[in-house]
Amino acid sequence: MSQATDALTVSTPTVGMIRTLGLVAALCGLIIVSAYQGTYDAVQENKRIAVERAVFKVIPVATSIVEYLAPGSGAPQKVGTGGTAPAGSIKFYAGYDKDGHLAGIAAEGAAKGYADTVRILFAWDPAQATITGFGVVSSRETPGIGDKIVVDKDFLANFPLAAPLSDDRMVLAHEIRTVKHGTKTQPWEIDAIAGATITSRAVGKAINEAAQALVPRLVPHLDALKEKS
Amino acid sequence: MSTATNLSSTDRWDEFMEGVWRQNPLFVMVLGLCPALAVTVSAVNALSMGLATTFVLTCSCLLVSLLRKMIPKEVRIATYIVIIATFVTVVDYVIQAVSLALYDALGAFIQLIVVNCIILGRAEAHASKNPPLPAMLNALGMSAGFTLGLFALGAVREILGAGTLFGISLFGPHFQPWVVMVLPPGGFFVLGLWLLVFAAIARRKQDKLAEAAGHA
Repeated sequence: MSQATDALTVSTPTVGMIRTLGLVAALCGLIIVSAYQGTYDAVQENKRIAVERAVFKVIPVATSIVEYLAPGSGAPQKVGTGGTAPAGSIKFYAGYDKDGHLAGIAAEGAAKGYADTVRILFAWDPAQATITGFGVVSSRETPGIGDKIVVDKDFLANFPLAAPLSDDRMVLAHEIRTVKHGTKTQPWEIDAIAGATITSRAVGKAINEAAQALVPRLVPHLDALKEKS
Repeated sequence: MSTATNLSSTDRWDEFMEGVWRQNPLFVMVLGLCPALAVTVSAVNALSMGLATTFVLTCSCLLVSLLRKMIPKEVRIATYIVIIATFVTVVDYVIQAVSLALYDALGAFIQLIVVNCIILGRAEAHASKNPPLPAMLNALGMSAGFTLGLFALGAVREILGAGTLFGISLFGPHFQPWVVMVLPPGGFFVLGLWLLVFAAIARRKQDKLAEAAGHA
């Protein structure tokens, strides 16, 4: 192969290299943009369906969902109405039943589990001031041990959890926490699964942190959320 | 008679089978172990990963082969990586569009196809020196071999570790799953067993050849 040996001895001029790299980069850019544009609608639709499914699971009576952002102060704003919510707003989903009444609020929480961060979606019932349940958004917990949190009957029996606000309405009256298996004494405590304490704790911590931040922001504005608008 | 420019069908078959059997990336060359051990907890994940790699490998080898005469040797690795990364990004979007559950299950390993040594190895060692058709055949063969290997791992791990295949229960409700098989150590156990099987087959073949030579 005389061509190959020539190519090895003669070095390429800089312009040639830049031209090739530029051309390849432009070509690749074109391919990526077309792929992005081509799949955009399907990806957004998939994400919407995934969120809806998760919310309907934690608020079983809900038939429709409205996505909101709760800013540090002021009323929650609907997502996608054009207004820009201030940084630090918390996203939550308001689930409405078939008559358009507020059935529950769902929000995401996350905490470090055994293998990786456990991300959950929990439901808060404004009428009863309780956490009614939760679902897992993503987790890499050990199959057969940590992933029992969504199927273990005794663990699920922890819900609903009492989550009233304190008198000054700044935080929850009681910190939601996970206690060792068999030592639950209060309605805001979570009885851990024996053998899966770390994952159980992650659930408690995720709910506590997210609820402490979100619930005080919601309570003053609940009337605005009561009916589907 | 086959001409120099046109490959005969046996040559094509050889080119393809090279990767499937003689140079199987997983069981003979033992390459690409990162995705092979990490995502093969179920047959579906393994197959999807294999198909994603197939797409990236075949498309990048085709493009590298088409551009091979104009890529200067000084910047060839950079060019290959840009091309490979492009097709990985495409696959990333396509998987998100097909199924988010699958996308979550495969996790970071879709993006990590970029650094899969099988792909850069094929681009550098084969596609950059061969015309598009053999380059693609070789890439398809390698991908088929890789997909086959992943599926062999994934199917065994799912059957032993969860008692299911493609999510269908095989042994009824009383099966006690062998959990370690879907954990990282299980990947090594099953890979080791498959390597043993492949080595045994290869040895038997060699013995037969030696015996035939002895008789003649």
